[in-house]
Amino acid sequence: MEAIKTENLTKHYGKARGIEQISLTVEEGEFFGFIGPNGAGKSTTIRTLLGLISPTGGQAAVLGFDIVKEKEKILAGTGYLPSEAMFHPGMRVREVLKLSADLRKKDCRKAAVSLCERLQLDTSRKVDELSFGNRKKVAIVCALQHDPRLLVLDEPTSGLDPLMQKAFFEILRERHEKGTTVFLSSHILSEIQHNCSRAAIIREGRILVCDSVEALSQSNARRVTVHGSVELEGLPGVRDRKESEGVISFLYSGDMKALLRMLAAGDVSDLSVSEPDLEEIFMHYYEK
Amino acid sequence: MTLIKHELRQGRLSLTIWTAAVGALLVICIFLFPEMKGQMEGVNDVFASMGSFTEAFGMDRLNFGTLIGFYAVECGNVLGLGGAFFASLCAAGMLSKEEKDRTAEFLLTHPVSRRRIVTGKLVAVFVQIVVMNVIVYVISVGSIAMVGEEIPWKELNLFHLAYFLLQSELAGICFGISAFMRKGSAGAGLGIAAMMYFLNLVANITESAEFLKYITPFGYCEGADIVADGCLDGGLVVVGLVFGAIGIAVAYQQYCRKDITV
Repeated sequence: MEAIKTENLTKHYGKARGIEQISLTVEEGEFFGFIGPNGAGKSTTIRTLLGLISPTGGQAAVLGFDIVKEKEKILAGTGYLPSEAMFHPGMRVREVLKLSADLRKKDCRKAAVSLCERLQLDTSRKVDELSFGNRKKVAIVCALQHDPRLLVLDEPTSGLDPLMQKAFFEILRERHEKGTTVFLSSHILSEIQHNCSRAAIIREGRILVCDSVEALSQSNARRVTVHGSVELEGLPGVRDRKESEGVISFLYSGDMKALLRMLAAGDVSDLSVSEPDLEEIFMHYYEK
Repeated sequence: MTLIKHELRQGRLSLTIWTAAVGALLVICIFLFPEMKGQMEGVNDVFASMGSFTEAFGMDRLNFGTLIGFYAVECGNVLGLGGAFFASLCAAGMLSKEEKDRTAEFLLTHPVSRRRIVTGKLVAVFVQIVVMNVIVYVISVGSIAMVGEEIPWKELNLFHLAYFLLQSELAGICFGISAFMRKGSAGAGLGIAAMMYFLNLVANITESAEFLKYITPFGYCEGADIVADGCLDGGLVVVGLVFGAIGIAVAYQQYCRKDITV
């Protein structure tokens, strides 16, 4: 069963672009990455899926429920971590956690205590006094304490220190092993590469590519580093070219024989050809 | 119920301050009455000769020498303006504050329908208005008893009923406006309450502007009319409640389909 399925999902803000014909499928139990820089449409996609904004076109289902007609059923089975967590002023952490559980009509005290311990969150403090990172921890507990089938995480690690990021991803992996679907939206590519099995790259509101992280990393493009001098002018498929002190580095996705001919004609003292990391793949798609 | 309790907890400080302020001013006014009663013959003449100002506040038709005449003007203005400001502020901020404080994303990603959220918040507004009015009513009755005056039950009940209806109407209108707003709801609420108050003053001064009484809820709270008629103007009350009901219906319509873009 699909945890998330969208077909041509579109959202326009008046004449401004939001997202354009997004078609995605996330299977139940998957750890899915959603990659894109700020303003690409990641949050708009998430907010549309969770019913905060209405789609202009297309359709989508989350956990098998329609995003327009069955919002409450979706939200009952989903834990959402917003990129910037804000809570009602004057409340203490434990009151926020209780309010969240009460709104779900669930007793989550045991899970809340365990999560707060692991994230080192003091529940007696007022949310107004918390740092950005500590507010994030409150939002993480709110998203996880009711043991949801689907976790939707929007830039989850911003504000968390490295130790807390580690603890957070450990919790996520445990949940994932128990069958929870994780939809991780981020512009930190290492997070996606280390945790997700599949990922989609979004640019200017459109999905550029959606594949397994392994396949994305093993795309046709190769990172070529040449020590010496070589004439690359007129060679199609060369991108992200950098030159410094006799070293030329570029992403190459053209014909390999043509590249070898160019290299043979040049003065090459050393050569390396490697698979690009996800960050380079990302840049590769963004520079198209 | 969870949401209603949450909203009441969020609003308790504001409710306490407004109730204390209005209650304290009423107590001061009522405790001033015995001292002023003896000087009222002269004062009545002064008030009766102030032209439009006299008419604007209905002082041409009320006797300041009686408790009910004094209460209708002095306490009426305190309760009218104070209650109207509180109800308008409370309702105008109730829906919009979630976006202003950027808490909408937290609240609306829980499995509670928008309709239930609007209902919970609406109930919280009216519970606060009822609590304020009950406390203020008890303070008024207690203060009148303490100064040794006979309590004019019928007129007093009608005044307080009228002001409760006024606050309900303004709350309904401001609740509707709140569904459209993200920022500036406090200004809108206070502005509407003040505008309604001044519209009534204009309607009292000029006969040609009397139609304004159908727009402003202060029209059916006119102390002089209530004392003279012994009842509220049913026509004005119905028109006012229709305005309030329209505001509430608009709030449901707008908030249930609103895009939350915080």
